[in-house]
Amino acid sequence: MADYTVSDLENIANKLRLHVVEMTYAARSGHPGGSLSAADMIAALYFKFMKHDPSNPSWDERDRFVLSKGHVAPVLYAALAEAGYFPVEDLLTLRKMGSKLQGHPVRGKVPGVEMSTGSLGQGLSMACGIALAGKMDGKDYKTICMLGDGELQEGQNWEAAMFARQAGLTNLIAIVDRNRLQITGDTEGAVGLEPLPEKWKSFGWNVIIIDGHNMRQILEALDKAAAAKARPTVIIMKTVKGKGVSFMENNAGFHGKACNDEEQAKAVEELKAVIQ
Amino acid sequence: MTEKLAQRNYYGKALAELAKEDPKVVVMDADLAGSTKTSDFQKVCPERFVEVGIAESNMIGIAAGLAASGKTVFASTFGVFATGRCWEQIRLAVAYPKLNVKIVATHCGISVGEDGASHQALEDIAIMRALPNMVVVAPADAYEAFAATKALAKYNGPAYMRMGRADFPTILEPDMEFQIGKASVLREGTDVTIVGCGQMVSFCMDAAETLQAEGISAEVINMSTIKPLDTETLIASVSKTGCCVTAEEHSIIGGLGSAVAEALCDSTCVPLERVGTKDTFGESGKPADLMVKYGLTADDIVAAAKKSVSRK
Repeated sequence: MADYTVSDLENIANKLRLHVVEMTYAARSGHPGGSLSAADMIAALYFKFMKHDPSNPSWDERDRFVLSKGHVAPVLYAALAEAGYFPVEDLLTLRKMGSKLQGHPVRGKVPGVEMSTGSLGQGLSMACGIALAGKMDGKDYKTICMLGDGELQEGQNWEAAMFARQAGLTNLIAIVDRNRLQITGDTEGAVGLEPLPEKWKSFGWNVIIIDGHNMRQILEALDKAAAAKARPTVIIMKTVKGKGVSFMENNAGFHGKACNDEEQAKAVEELKAVIQ
Repeated sequence: MTEKLAQRNYYGKALAELAKEDPKVVVMDADLAGSTKTSDFQKVCPERFVEVGIAESNMIGIAAGLAASGKTVFASTFGVFATGRCWEQIRLAVAYPKLNVKIVATHCGISVGEDGASHQALEDIAIMRALPNMVVVAPADAYEAFAATKALAKYNGPAYMRMGRADFPTILEPDMEFQIGKASVLREGTDVTIVGCGQMVSFCMDAAETLQAEGISAEVINMSTIKPLDTETLIASVSKTGCCVTAEEHSIIGGLGSAVAEALCDSTCVPLERVGTKDTFGESGKPADLMVKYGLTADDIVAAAKKSVSRK
């Protein structure tokens, strides 16, 4: 990976956002809201933090990323394409019949996708298995798992959280995209997650809380998590669902809906205005 | 008198051997290692044994992650929890990406006995068979459980194996060969084909003896792989006998009987009678009493065979 600066990474994140709105618009469906909230972190992971080789997706020493909130596949696919795993042109085949870019990520279909996800609550368990294999084999790769906040209502996450602590998975980093919105609205109005940091702490994890749209904070948090010696680390990143497109921001309506023609023109215009 | 042995003891023996033979093998359990006998592996290879606590869904996710990292994973608990509790996890994390995870369950069937319906897996074959990419195996006795465990370790892909709790009569040879997807004709006959899996195979053999005394010649097939079903062996047999009976310690809905019915209606329709539990839950009781009450004895197979013959 080239040595990107903070502003380069911010720019890449916005490029990923543009891909997300274009992909979901072309597909006439998909999940732009949570893709946009995760974009800064995804850019930081794939263009700065993670050890990986797009020309050799199964490189043994690579860091592994598991997208537990599989519905934000568009932002993952955009990052993989921009990183060079497959041609950027393929992105517009998202959700179309015969495309490798399925509505939710599929292991074995897309170079760079580690695990099949999409049914919420399972990714952290899978990441525990990958991290455990790394420990067994004496490898020093990191396993990173991105979770939605609403997804934490699934009990399996907490089974995995208990296990990770028990198994001493210091090579595991969980990232919670805390955009506070799920399909039905505010997470706290559905089944509340707060006090969320205390929950993770009580499960034996290091907890780092950051602004998920501040690239410096993101990079610092990842470095701190990578240096953890005693416990697994969770980064709770406070984000804005739909970040970067004014009318999508904090709008649960764009959880699982693409733009119409008029909205699309505006979204593209807004994003192009900030991309260098 | 045939010797009676518990399949799970031989599963544990096979795992303990695999600990030495194959460094890729990892064994997992959800707080039941002493019962499933994965503890035999744990004793000799604690570094590749993973205790997940009472959390079967998490176990399957971890198994998938381990398999994606090159491990051959055996994940065990009781049949109800190994399949029903985490079916959707198996579907997404294991079956869909064809990961190398073997879900091996003990305590399947009504012969679990006193624990009652909550612990008696009678639907596990049905729900596992429905999953694409999933191999489903139900060995007839302890020796076959041993051989199947070894064969599954060599097979790269998702598989489910079900075993019982109790000691089952041994009917096969201790050094038998097991091949995934290959049924074996244990007794040749001309009037009716009896297809069994699990401990019911031994009752099929008993039933064939009784039928012989009454002038009915029964062919007995051990269909220890239910998926993929060995249709070649099945069809060759029913083409000769002209009628069929299935016997399983499982619901007649979705299990071996259904698999055989599907195969027959795809090629050679002959009368078929299915011995198994009848759309019902089990209950607490002595295993032998439950087998009688729920229609899972050699006598039930005899009656079904006569009915099948009469329908020709």
